[in-house]
Amino acid sequence: MHPMDFEYVSSPTLSDAVRQYTRFAQLGKRPMYFGGGTEIITLGRLHQVNPDAVIDLKPIPETQVMAVQQGQLVLGGSITLTQITDAPWLGEAFPLLQETVHEIADRTARNKITIAGNICGTIFYREAVLPFLVCDSKVRTYGPKRGKERSIHRVFNREARLEPSEFIVQLVTDETARTAPFVHIKRRKAGRVGYPIVSAAAIRIDDRIRIAFSGVCPFPFRSSAIETILRQRGLTVRQRVDQAIQRIPSHLILDDYEASRAYRTFVLANVLEEILQRLGGA
Amino acid sequence: MPKQEVSLSINGEQRMVVIRFADTLLEVLRGKLGLTGAKPGCNNGDCGACTVLIDTCPYKACIMLAVETVGHEITTVEGLHSTPIQQAFADCYAFQCGYCTPGFIMNAHALLQQHRVIDEYTIREWLESNICRCTSYEEIGEAVRTAARLRDARTAPSLDTSVDTQQRRDL
Amino acid sequence: MSEAFSPWNMAHFSTNGSETTVVGHSVGRKDTSLKVTGHAKYTDDEIESDMLHAALLTSPHAHARILSMDRRRALQAPGVRAVLFGTDCPNHTGDPLADRPILAIDTVRYAGEPVAIVIADEFHQAAAALASIDVVYAPLPVVQSPKAAYEPNAPLLHPDVHTYRRNRAEANPIPGTNIATHVPIRKGHPDDVWASCDVIAEVEVSFPQAHHAYMETPAIIAEIDPDGEMHITTSTQSPFTIPSLIHETFDVNPSQVRVHVPFVGGGFGGKSSPYLEPLVVAASKAVGGRKVKLRCEREHAMQTLPCHIGLEAKVRLGAKRDGRFVAVDITYWFDGGAYADRAVIVTRAAVQDCTGPYRIPHVRCDGFCMYTNHPPATAYRGFGHPEETFVIERAVDVLARQLHLDPLEIRRLNAIRTGDSTPTQTLLTGGRVGNVPGCIDHLKKLMEWDGRAVRREGSRIIAKGMCCSWKTSSTPPNASSGAIVRVNEDSTVTLLSGVVEIGQGTKTALAQMVAEVFAMSVDRVHVVLEVDTKEEPEHWKTVASRGTLLAGNAAVRAAIDAVRQLQETAAIVFQCRPSDVRISNGVASCAHEEKAIPIGDFKNGYAFPDGRSVGRMVIGRGSYTIEDVTPLDPETGRGSPGPEWTVAAQGVEIEYRPADCTYRVLRAFSVIDAGKVIHPALALGQVKGAMNMGLSLASREGYVYSGRGVVTNPQFRVYPIHRYGDQPEYHVVFLETPDEHAPWGLRGLGEHGLIGMPAALASALSNALGVDVNEMPMTSELLWRIQTGG
Repeated sequence: MHPMDFEYVSSPTLSDAVRQYTRFAQLGKRPMYFGGGTEIITLGRLHQVNPDAVIDLKPIPETQVMAVQQGQLVLGGSITLTQITDAPWLGEAFPLLQETVHEIADRTARNKITIAGNICGTIFYREAVLPFLVCDSKVRTYGPKRGKERSIHRVFNREARLEPSEFIVQLVTDETARTAPFVHIKRRKAGRVGYPIVSAAAIRIDDRIRIAFSGVCPFPFRSSAIETILRQRGLTVRQRVDQAIQRIPSHLILDDYEASRAYRTFVLANVLEEILQRLGGA
Repeated sequence: MPKQEVSLSINGEQRMVVIRFADTLLEVLRGKLGLTGAKPGCNNGDCGACTVLIDTCPYKACIMLAVETVGHEITTVEGLHSTPIQQAFADCYAFQCGYCTPGFIMNAHALLQQHRVIDEYTIREWLESNICRCTSYEEIGEAVRTAARLRDARTAPSLDTSVDTQQRRDL
Repeated sequence: MSEAFSPWNMAHFSTNGSETTVVGHSVGRKDTSLKVTGHAKYTDDEIESDMLHAALLTSPHAHARILSMDRRRALQAPGVRAVLFGTDCPNHTGDPLADRPILAIDTVRYAGEPVAIVIADEFHQAAAALASIDVVYAPLPVVQSPKAAYEPNAPLLHPDVHTYRRNRAEANPIPGTNIATHVPIRKGHPDDVWASCDVIAEVEVSFPQAHHAYMETPAIIAEIDPDGEMHITTSTQSPFTIPSLIHETFDVNPSQVRVHVPFVGGGFGGKSSPYLEPLVVAASKAVGGRKVKLRCEREHAMQTLPCHIGLEAKVRLGAKRDGRFVAVDITYWFDGGAYADRAVIVTRAAVQDCTGPYRIPHVRCDGFCMYTNHPPATAYRGFGHPEETFVIERAVDVLARQLHLDPLEIRRLNAIRTGDSTPTQTLLTGGRVGNVPGCIDHLKKLMEWDGRAVRREGSRIIAKGMCCSWKTSSTPPNASSGAIVRVNEDSTVTLLSGVVEIGQGTKTALAQMVAEVFAMSVDRVHVVLEVDTKEEPEHWKTVASRGTLLAGNAAVRAAIDAVRQLQETAAIVFQCRPSDVRISNGVASCAHEEKAIPIGDFKNGYAFPDGRSVGRMVIGRGSYTIEDVTPLDPETGRGSPGPEWTVAAQGVEIEYRPADCTYRVLRAFSVIDAGKVIHPALALGQVKGAMNMGLSLASREGYVYSGRGVVTNPQFRVYPIHRYGDQPEYHVVFLETPDEHAPWGLRGLGEHGLIGMPAALASALSNALGVDVNEMPMTSELLWRIQTGG
């Protein structure tokens, strides 16, 4: 139940979406792009998100693409998490993504949540971004300056960094990274549905482990400093893990109803150790 | 205008209804169409008591706008009649207070329609979307397995198990 | 089986009480088709075009002065009909202690407390207008725990507690303190015998408040007729208490209040005390008596409505070297929250059974229900007993370890039996208590207990834990139930009872009992599933696992009464003695007559073919008032809190991984002395469901308060109750030691599956860790903290 009224338009094309957005903005209204819409609906009920208009991106064909094109996996922003987990071929094409998004919310919710919606969400876990961060994926966006393709790291730093009328059209991932040895681990307070205490996605390319985290801090991140420490020779696994964790400013480590800061740090250490063991970095 | 008259296809009928764009499907079903089988257990996408089918896929009606369903076929619990899963819920005492039951039934019904062969992993993967506080869940699991047998007894067995060949992870 | 209770004493019934054809068998639930088709109507499913909708504004502060409130902007918002503040309806409400304003006045005492209600044409309009109410608060110091509330210098939350209207038998507040009630037990010589103990175990226990998690959030609809009659439709377990509460709150006659209860989507105690009903009545008054609906959002259910009580406790248990218990000293500081509600009676219930089902000659116990700045607490499945069980069972485990005794054997050694007396000095005569040693013996077999609680399997530890539990009802001495049985034209019968169908299936069980008396199929017994307080005979409350005892006795008596009336009329027709008339399978017959007459033909007396008629309309009536309950002495606690004790032995088996302090429950066991199982499938469902709820509560549930006392996890996505697949395997066995007061000897069992689960889980985890686990929820974080001191 959204107490405040809003307009709804669904856009059939990329340019139409930007046009609609601009039109609402020029009228002094606050438009928002709408994918799965689950956050707009739930946070709206609590007066935490109040758009004047929503622009549904799902009808745009480019956002519904799910294909390998010249070795690159192209995923449209409106693809739902269930489409990802249920596509058997993705089990080979991008197994880390499949495993990571499988742990988000529950299956019925995943039928609605879209990949771009999760990445651009207000709720700070945004776990779907983790595989793209470690794979150095590219993001195709569309906005006032039409289409752009940039590194995920330019588009996403803690949260999506987009111009007001810009939205994610597709995520593009090279074969090398997405088929590399991988691990995803998610630890929750209890059960198999819910937010993470720690969610970590990692791949190994040559002797480098790339790793990204959600749930540790109030934003997802990947840190080159942590990755450098994790491959340092001459240190035990435990030493590397401890030093890696020290790289995270402790005041940024979450301390809330899911877990205290101290326990979350303990869980993070265990997760890192398991990742090093499973990816052969030990 | 933030309101519009739309035509929704629900349980095989076309229903004309004036909706606010901000209305969830759950509010429209219950408040404007009198279909109160789907329940507002949390209005937050967490409990699954409002689960309905859009085309053949289960969705939580509290996190879907009514306007998103225009042009699609909506099935609520009121649209099910003597299905195997309803029979099995009765036979297995898979409900007590009954509040979560429509959501569980819709989700399990979709599961039974989409999967010819249903293993424990898949039952859990699907049913952990719904919360029941009364039963021990064992009864609900038994109902799904019973319904699969009832379904198979009603229809000729199929050899097509392709939808179940996806990768399985350990429970 | 049951000899004292024989409803079929009349000649035509089988005199062999153990031969039942309907009772004791699983039959289809009476609510089945409505519930599997989505047609079962709950309160919020009542939707009418002329209905107004309300939305609640609640306090963001746990303790604050209200400096100002301004509704001018809200009143101008679209669709808004009224905005109510506490000063508009300054009545206090609450039972047994009227300590709560309908809406906060001057002060808020918990985060989530209602401070305003908006009534509008549409719900979204009311909800939107909430943002236009301006309230200015000045925060006050927050009392965050019951022990902190007990400190002499703690801020006083209710300085005027002595002025509140109260039921003196039920609430005993101490002015000048935060004590909402104090309940003592003094049995034997608890202060003198400690020197004679060879070993003493001392344990401290604590857990935070928690959510009932009924799936239906409460909804209330109120309307006032032009003649002043109030109609309240609500999701409650206690419809018959509402007229008197409304009477006390608004000074209207109880007979002018009509309460209608459709299906209720789970209660677990959370709907046992009316909480927001007075507010919605006030809202209807504010709009000229129009129909107003309030439906609580889940966040309100978790922050505003009463919850499971929290606890801090210490226990000292002394024993002889051979393991015999000598004395116990227990202090409970319950976290009753900002308003007392039923928490004061939960406190009494815990105190009166504080020893668990053990023979302990010397008992000292003090139960304090404390006011804190947390949400108010109320009844929760088990009503004080999961709480007292957790406390005493932790001490028993510790004592067993100190004495190097098998924890199961020390429990068997001390098990309470017929002839012993309870902490309230109730002598357990006849069938008043179930068979505790029998439950322990069955549990031993069921969980393959061999005295070794722990074994290692690679990197995992497999551990077992067990406990015993008991529960009596804590009903007032006049708790009553009535029933009416009508005979229908088609030779079926209809039962009217005021029991609320909250999922427990009582009305199906009652139909079985009526069918048994009528010697016919349960399909021929109709039940009215909804309750209307002006139509159904009163039933005290649908709580305390009392439905089948109170309403069962009433229904059986009503059925016998109806059968007797049928016999009298039929005897005239058959020209025989009434006792020679046999009523079975929907017909009346007599050994001397060949023809059998359908009972429907006697519905309004019997009309002969020539037009003459004899007899009169058949209306069976029956009632029952609880027996053997007396108030507790205010100094010693001496008294009789309930008619009988259901007992159980329960256990769990877990798999623990020390490396990351995680675990899962593999199997859970309950052996319950049910007296008599009326409906095996329903009984099993009740017990397994309660076990599942208890394990969820024990392992992962609990409010997490901010430093300012706000519940920070008020949604299921951050309050991770059991979902499908989280449950272990459940193993349940019933014993049948009859209670002579109850139909067929049955005992209540709706709560008992839950009661021992927290204690059994704590026992297993303590065994796995080798360190005591005395807190809930038993999350991996707790175990990590205990194991590492972190």
